[in-house]
Amino acid sequence: MSEHILEAATLKKEEALLPQANWFERSETLQKLRKTKKFPTIWCAGCGIGVVMGALIRAIDHLGLDNDQVALVSGIGCTARMPVYMDFNTLHTTHGRALAFATGLKIARPDMKVIAIMGDGDALAIGGNHFIHAARRNLGITALVVNNSIYGMTGGQYSPTTPFGRKATTAPYGNIEPPFPVCELAIAAGASYVARSTVYHALELDKYLTEAIAKDGFSLIEAVSYCHTTFGRLNKLGTAADMMRALKENTIARTAFERLPPEEQAANTKIVRGNFVNIERPQYTAIYANLISEVRGGEK
Amino acid sequence: MAVKLMQGNEAIGWGAIAAGCRFFAGYPITPSTEVAELLSRELPRVGGKFIQMEDELASMAAIIGARIGGLKSMTATSGPGFSLMQENIGYAAIAEIPCVVVNVQRLGPSTGQPTAASQGDVMQARWGTHGDHPIIALAPTSVRQAFDLTVKAFDFSERYRTPVILLTDEIIGHMREPVELPDLKTIQIFEHNVTEKPEHFKAFRNTPDGVPPLAPFGVGYRYHITGLFHDEVGFPTQRLDEIDPWLERVNTKLERNIDEIALVETDYEPGARLALLSYGCSARTARHALKVARAGGRKVDMLSLLTIWPFPEKQVEALGERVERIIVPEMNRGQLAGEVERMVGRKKVVRVTRANGEMVTPQMVLDAMEA
Repeated sequence: MSEHILEAATLKKEEALLPQANWFERSETLQKLRKTKKFPTIWCAGCGIGVVMGALIRAIDHLGLDNDQVALVSGIGCTARMPVYMDFNTLHTTHGRALAFATGLKIARPDMKVIAIMGDGDALAIGGNHFIHAARRNLGITALVVNNSIYGMTGGQYSPTTPFGRKATTAPYGNIEPPFPVCELAIAAGASYVARSTVYHALELDKYLTEAIAKDGFSLIEAVSYCHTTFGRLNKLGTAADMMRALKENTIARTAFERLPPEEQAANTKIVRGNFVNIERPQYTAIYANLISEVRGGEK
Repeated sequence: MAVKLMQGNEAIGWGAIAAGCRFFAGYPITPSTEVAELLSRELPRVGGKFIQMEDELASMAAIIGARIGGLKSMTATSGPGFSLMQENIGYAAIAEIPCVVVNVQRLGPSTGQPTAASQGDVMQARWGTHGDHPIIALAPTSVRQAFDLTVKAFDFSERYRTPVILLTDEIIGHMREPVELPDLKTIQIFEHNVTEKPEHFKAFRNTPDGVPPLAPFGVGYRYHITGLFHDEVGFPTQRLDEIDPWLERVNTKLERNIDEIALVETDYEPGARLALLSYGCSARTARHALKVARAGGRKVDMLSLLTIWPFPEKQVEALGERVERIIVPEMNRGQLAGEVERMVGRKKVVRVTRANGEMVTPQMVLDAMEA
């Protein structure tokens, strides 16, 4: 849990570099990783996806969910490799289709917590149609989008969230397309819970993910990350540490943003972190359960 | 049971419910839509669930997801939608998730003629998704058979952990016939029974019969499913010692059970030197021509293939040894005839094809007999 992060932060540098006694057993986060196989991860050293994985596990742990009751569904890409490392029911599907698989699974098992884990290309380009329709239906799924602004696994092509003007291997002269605002798209499509944070703000991610998974409705978490290996290199943004620092410096909390005068809000170029929507809407599987009950004359 | 006037597409819907299908995801498309309409009405009545998805890509994904959640599931579509489903048909094949895909064939390619019949998806049903993979395709020749083969499709999909294509056509789908359905209590579908403890469970175990039992999500078996090449517990692997036995098992499991899977109907006469071989709506054409020819004193054999894939090689080869010529009527440019030629040699096969939306006529078959 988060205490271990806080505890780690209090250690002196030389202590922090040494393995701590019973470190694996003491960490509830690590206990939810698969003990059988498949480590180390496929991610580049310094990647932010591992931070999101830690936040997701802490959120599930905080909610006290039984591992059997949790299903992680992913598509294709660096982020989509996340489920295989965790000790839940894990489903690694085809590119863009995580939410469509999750839809069938959630309708079959409304009692399970179904979490769809996607990168920005997976969720918003090839899976964009499924994204808006899952939100529209208000199906009780948590969509976790790790937004690193690029297609990482295929080597750095521009994605639907690559900022205008930034370089990619398929935008050698700079990207001429404007990006999707991920949270705003989910809000317009009807999501019940929408929040954004970054891999620098790990504890904030824990909190938002906890609320999102607890929500009975479609929830979206945009976890802003970075790809130093492709995006950072092509755009001369420095090391992983430099890009992590940029997330600290180039973001603003929603509450602080809302206190800014209108002209400063209009001129803002920082990423706004926060919970943007948290509303109650009838959830799809609950509506369908009622439909079945009515059609069968009250019989469950 | 009482005799009912029923459409092929309706029979498919009732067959699915009888087989225990409790989830349907689909997207409207002519000429398959009646299947979805019936199931949207009937599934909730038996506690099942229906959803109209945003497209066929999602429909196919959703039925796989639902089966992983433990519900027997189906989708129904036609040519253009079937093309979109190919991606996740391959996923179901490699991840070995049972599901049934109904393709009510219409004239293609592309939008083609939505209301015109065709048998143009024979090869797409076999090789539509990329890579070598197992697949079963069944083709009914009547409304009653549409019901029976839908039930069979569910049984096969569960028994062999594979997607099964119900490869019907606009004629069977929209034709109405008086049908007497079987006693629903007699219908038995293979059920997976996992006896191992979770810690010993291997969802992709290389069992001697080739088909390891499947546990749904959420009941204590926390395992990994992926479209990547994987080991016995489902983790991605690039090790040849793990990949090779798995590939061998998955790609031979249907052949190992071919005697159960290859369903055919034979109507043979002693001394016949000529045979008709057909399937789906064209088998009805062939049957009419057979009747006329026999009434005229000609000895003719007839072989109807209910299973198209895996191709009933043994039965077709044996027919090739019985007769000198095999006439193959079909509503495409010879997709199945090519397979027949592969078994019996090109010289023995006479193709009678029509791919313009109109049925092959009995007269075309009779003319081929005279030629």
